[in-house]
Amino acid sequence: MLEIKNLHVEVEGEGTEILKGVNLTINKGEIHAIMGPNGSGKSTLAKIVAGHPEYEVTKGDIIYNGESILELDPDERSHAGLFLAFQYPVEVPGVTNNTLLRESYNTIAASRGREELDPLEFDDYIREKLELVDMKADFLERSVNTGFSGGEKKRNEIFQMAVLEPALALLDETDSGLDIDALRIVADGINKLHHEENSVVLITHYQRLLNYIIPDHVHVMIGGKVVKSGGKELALELEEKGYDWLESLATVNGEAK
Amino acid sequence: MSETKALESMIGEEYKYGFTTDVEYEDFPSGINEDIVRLISEKKNEPEWMTEFRLKAYRAWTEMEEPSWFNATYEKPKFDKLQYYSAPKNKPKLNSLDEVDPKIRETYEKLGIPLEEQKMLAGVAVDAVFDSVSIFTTFKEKLAEAGVIFCSISEAIQDHPELVKKYMGSVVPARDNFYAALNSAVFSDGSFCYVPKDTICPMELSTYFRINNMNSGQFERTLIIAEENSHVSYLEGCTAPMYDENQLHAAVVELIAMDNAEIKYSTIQNWYSGNEDGKGGIFNFVTKRGACRGDNSKISWTQLETGSAVTLKYPSVILQGDNSVGEFYSVAVTNKRQQADTGTKMIHLGKNTKSTIISKGISAGKSDNSYRGEVKISKKADNARNYSQCDSMLIGQTCGAHTFPYIESANPTGKVEHEATTSRVGEDQIFYLQQRGLSEDDAISLIVNGFCKEVLKELPMEFAVEANKLLGIKLEGSVG
Ligand SMILES: Nc1ncnc2c1ncn2[C@@H]1O[C@H](COP(=O)(O)OP(=O)(O)OP(=O)(O)O)[C@@H](O)[C@H]1O
Ligand SMILES: [Mg+2]
Repeated sequence: MLEIKNLHVEVEGEGTEILKGVNLTINKGEIHAIMGPNGSGKSTLAKIVAGHPEYEVTKGDIIYNGESILELDPDERSHAGLFLAFQYPVEVPGVTNNTLLRESYNTIAASRGREELDPLEFDDYIREKLELVDMKADFLERSVNTGFSGGEKKRNEIFQMAVLEPALALLDETDSGLDIDALRIVADGINKLHHEENSVVLITHYQRLLNYIIPDHVHVMIGGKVVKSGGKELALELEEKGYDWLESLATVNGEAK
Repeated sequence: MSETKALESMIGEEYKYGFTTDVEYEDFPSGINEDIVRLISEKKNEPEWMTEFRLKAYRAWTEMEEPSWFNATYEKPKFDKLQYYSAPKNKPKLNSLDEVDPKIRETYEKLGIPLEEQKMLAGVAVDAVFDSVSIFTTFKEKLAEAGVIFCSISEAIQDHPELVKKYMGSVVPARDNFYAALNSAVFSDGSFCYVPKDTICPMELSTYFRINNMNSGQFERTLIIAEENSHVSYLEGCTAPMYDENQLHAAVVELIAMDNAEIKYSTIQNWYSGNEDGKGGIFNFVTKRGACRGDNSKISWTQLETGSAVTLKYPSVILQGDNSVGEFYSVAVTNKRQQADTGTKMIHLGKNTKSTIISKGISAGKSDNSYRGEVKISKKADNARNYSQCDSMLIGQTCGAHTFPYIESANPTGKVEHEATTSRVGEDQIFYLQQRGLSEDDAISLIVNGFCKEVLKELPMEFAVEANKLLGIKLEGSVG
């Protein structure tokens, strides 16, 4: 479904390289977890897959469903089924969650030749989704993320994911900032949304999340590279040992190139 | 692709109303002097007192200096080259729509003006001012039934001289300012509305202004009087063809609200704003002022200003009656090299008077957008209150936004609150919305609409949709 090949990424116009040759393959139906220390490039990877204009791919490729998506705009990638739950969800004052989601849903539906929903139909549809993440209906009429608490913003991201039903969801630290109950609810929601036709990438610092959502693969990113991959037991090992023992892998590989 | 650069190219869609209409104009000499002023008055068959009003204003004007205190630079209009009267030759005194010059009707159709009878269902009465002469006023009869007078100011001078004589210049005196004086001397037409006591005007009143003739200045004069316990909502819309030369639009609008009366005045201004390099476009120098003469009266100004090369405009309210309310809701969008210096004045004279100012300025391209507002609380205005909120939104790196609030209070019981914010439409906001499937244009449009929401909801329903569209068009392709 997604194949990232030797991906090198710089900040547009600055020349600082952030991703230094990332390789990653995600198949349909799989759940992957990406872990790694602060500043190792996890969010950058998620954003570049989603098409953030701030970054520039200098080498390598991103293949999605068999085709390179490097030339696609972020909205085109979204239409193709890519979804990014932001580490820092953005506020859009004056635009209600409901308005945004209806426009999103219908734009995506139209791009795939599916039928658009009128406001009433959409209301029925969206209310089901609210339940999935146990969100109150008043959130629909509130401005997107405006004045939301940290945890509410995260939950709102998963709510949006539920509404848009992406084929590939990149969830960037969705668990950070959630209280214990919220974490369980959100994790349950993600599990319900996941099936063999879609894939989920969880970026997280905490192995706790992986108790709720069991990943097929765990990857460790350090210094702009995936330095180690393994099964879910790798997360437990990291929890125990930290990242120090892997730092050397990052440099060795770096010099080897 | 750099989005910042893309943002900077946020240049509105090609101006869609830039066509000209080929109609024959009556000849009229250019320039201005007492004879010209007399000639205008004569052409319009005006009574002596009106001619005198004009002449006095003209004399006052000749002694006035053109103002330059605002935040805009431009080449001053050449007052001696302008044509102060311009009327299509096919002089209207019309009984039905069919009699309107087909070319002019076509123009209105292109503009999508609801001149058609069917629109009566939508409850819109239209007074269309083409260049300077009011072409036709629809729905006059229905309004007449309710006792509402809605006609061109020229007609009002003929048919209701006592009302015009009593109120014209009572809110904006001829000597008020340079452009008001000029307007008072040479105004050619405009709208007049009188809503009698205990009357709710049965429909939205609407005027469409259009400047067609290249060298003509447009000087309309609007006068709206709401008697005790009455209510009226009025909307004006404006467009003009594209010419390389700047055209002058210097209107005067006066509103008068008596006890318990309410006037809501909405404007959608989309005059031609000039090209990328700032060539051409309308100078929009307008004096708009309302007087809440009666107790518990209310005047609301709502404006959506998207056009013109230069806009200087401060719709104001004089709160004379006790408990009277003044409101100003404004969205001003500037793009390319447009300059707007706009805002309001709220003058509190009566007790318990209240005013609200909500101003949203959006600047893109190489434009400059200033809010200028004055709140004045006089000695006698016990418990006067004002709330002002001025928000600016910047799109790209080459535009400017400025806020100039002036507050003057001579009464210690007065309360004035002022809030101001400046934000930039961020790459991250656009990326977020694009990630959710919206195109760049739709993302910007959504962000801008959200930003203006408090103001847009003040527009009459049937125009809110139009306003949304206009904002979208104005900022379309801003991100390429
Ligand atoms: N626009 C930018 N300009 C300059 N540096 C950037 C930019 N974006 C990212 N970086 C740098 O790239 C590195 C990777 O950042 P990124 O946000 O991807 O890390 P992360 O792995 O998600 O970290 P965290 O766990 O703290 O969220 C950091 O050092 C960061 O400062
Ligand atoms: Mg991160």
